[in-house]
Amino acid sequence: MKYVDEYRDGDLAAKIAAAIAAEVRPDRTYSFMEFCGGHTHAISRYGLEDLLPANVRMIHGPGCPVCVLPVGRIDDAVRLARRPGVTLLTYGDMMRVPGSKGTSLLKAKAAGADIRMVYSTLDALRIAEAEPDREVVFFAIGFETTTPPTAVALKLAAEKRLPNLSFFVNHVLTPVAMRAILTAPPVPGERPVAIEGFVGPAHVSTIIGLEPYREFAERHRKPVVVAGFEPLDVMQAVLMLVRQVNEQRAEVENQYIRAVTPAGNVAAQSLVDRFFELRESFEWRGLGSVPASALKLRDEWAALDAEKRFSVETIRADDNPACECGAILRGQKRPAECKLFGTVCTPETPMGACMVSSEGACAAHWTYGRFREHDSLRRAS
Amino acid sequence: MKAYRRKLDLANGRVDLGHGSGGRAMADLVSGIFREAFANPFLDQGNDQAAFPTPRGGRMVMTTDGYVVSPLFFPGGDIGSLAVHGTVNDIAMSGARPLHLSASYIVEEGFPLADLKRIADSMGRAARAAGVTIVTGDTKVVERGKADGLFISTAGIGELPDGLDLSGDRAEPGDVVVLSGSIGDHGVAIMSSRENLEFETAILSDSAALNGLVEAMVAAAGPHLKLMRDPTRGGLAATLNELAHQSGVGFRIEEAAIPVKPEVAAACELLGLDPLNVANEGKLVAVVSPAGADALLAAMRAHPLGAEAAAIGTVVADDQQFVQMTTGFGGGRIVDWLSGEQLPRIC
Repeated sequence: MKYVDEYRDGDLAAKIAAAIAAEVRPDRTYSFMEFCGGHTHAISRYGLEDLLPANVRMIHGPGCPVCVLPVGRIDDAVRLARRPGVTLLTYGDMMRVPGSKGTSLLKAKAAGADIRMVYSTLDALRIAEAEPDREVVFFAIGFETTTPPTAVALKLAAEKRLPNLSFFVNHVLTPVAMRAILTAPPVPGERPVAIEGFVGPAHVSTIIGLEPYREFAERHRKPVVVAGFEPLDVMQAVLMLVRQVNEQRAEVENQYIRAVTPAGNVAAQSLVDRFFELRESFEWRGLGSVPASALKLRDEWAALDAEKRFSVETIRADDNPACECGAILRGQKRPAECKLFGTVCTPETPMGACMVSSEGACAAHWTYGRFREHDSLRRAS
Repeated sequence: MKAYRRKLDLANGRVDLGHGSGGRAMADLVSGIFREAFANPFLDQGNDQAAFPTPRGGRMVMTTDGYVVSPLFFPGGDIGSLAVHGTVNDIAMSGARPLHLSASYIVEEGFPLADLKRIADSMGRAARAAGVTIVTGDTKVVERGKADGLFISTAGIGELPDGLDLSGDRAEPGDVVVLSGSIGDHGVAIMSSRENLEFETAILSDSAALNGLVEAMVAAAGPHLKLMRDPTRGGLAATLNELAHQSGVGFRIEEAAIPVKPEVAAACELLGLDPLNVANEGKLVAVVSPAGADALLAAMRAHPLGAEAAAIGTVVADDQQFVQMTTGFGGGRIVDWLSGEQLPRIC
């Protein structure tokens, strides 16, 4: 595959791995957070941990839009879908995400709610036009990457004056969440983890550019390397971070020069700005309530806002109290250190954010990496 | 390590789509409901078919299957030919010679007769080509909305040669794992023709009857051949996990040795799917002792349906029954069951 195979070249990976091994200092450790679940997935799926020196540790951050949506918002979506006459449209990987009391969209669908998987926001327009008797609600979620497509659908819905289409908006913001992780006060009883740099999500930066990460480099002195999702991208980003740490630099660097420009996609930013504004606060699974971390529809688009049309009032619901998602997302614990991991919490029956989609830290570890603990236990015995 | 399996919630649970996807949820459903209700030694073997002695000596093999594919016509096949191929293959994987099939049609009110004729004709042609006869059938019509156009159920029987004992519980450490050709073709062909997901690809379903290939394999490898299975729903990943579980062993496979067509790899990339989880309808996995591996591979490659056959790994001792893979990138990872349906990621 042109433009894919080039970034999965095992020989080149071995060379980058050798370069990382040569440049890391043996007397210290390096802890980097890959914020985005896409990177977590690549690291696990290609077994990159085996290629990195033991003193380079990747902390799997919260950047999976499916994972971070709180229980209460899932419950809202289920309640919306159960209303007579409502058809709820969702991206496929939302289907299994647990709400409270064991609910999920998949289970609500099995119980009779009209919930349909779509692949594009434009499917929402097509379905709303084809079925004028249904109240069609699009469950809009995701980081900066999926917000512009929602904005496009909003624009078309407004132009076509579709009376039966509305949007349940749950779009969230990457830099704000990164800041929340970095500035969170230490939790008593948990070992503090110093994040020394971030692998930034490339797809997000194709939209927002590099500027929003400047504060991490300048104010917090944490290097950020915006990187693509192919395994070689991740390896190269790690090498770039190691170099910055060794040289005591803290800069925003762009590994993904093939698609990311410093200013990002200005047209997309402008379209998003036309429809959305900041929420005062938004609840994140694993992180709690984070001010100005999500978007809502501007008042002038109230007719397209499912929250207003159906008077949605989110009822806060708690995660399982034994769930260690928060500590795992902040790098203070590893997935296998959570007592729910692999017992009651598996990809079939996820309890917490990190196990919810294949991009979550726990799901990636369960699906691709859990043999490592077993192998190390076997070697030790 | 923890290896927890959650019990089915029989009081409040409902069947959802994940229970039909060939992954771990489906395995749990089958073992928690059907195996318990029907319990007997044939079923307990956990194969896709059952071998049983006939009263006058000799052994027969029986299987049954249901076909609910959407769309009914797809690049490289249709539900009629698919029903024949799937049933013939389930019999052939035991090493038996398929003989006769049944065909039960559940048709939705309003279904076009022309399509019904086209599907039945295709089914008849596929049966003749595979050397089996469809000797009995049944037709039911249900109200509009009660079936997605057309469902087909089949049963098949075959004759098992003396001395042949292939079963999913026979893999042993040191054995070689062989795959008959490229994976994921059927699943990608189906997805490419689904309404709302149409994309242009030259990929055809690999739907085919494998009994001819199996005959050549049995002749070449004889007692060295331990087991065969066709990696249909759930793909190669589910099949290897099933076999690991059944035999109480682990597998170590090499990603670079697994044939995947570039178009299939590209489509999976686009949709965020893993070819290891994508369905096949004309491929098989075989486990063979090392002494028989070369002869088996040579015989497979000499057959048109096994031309790309490859040794993809070995059976290892592993009390955790992990299927481990060395990635093309040089790292290691597990190849796990799919959790419920494989769902495209949002970004």
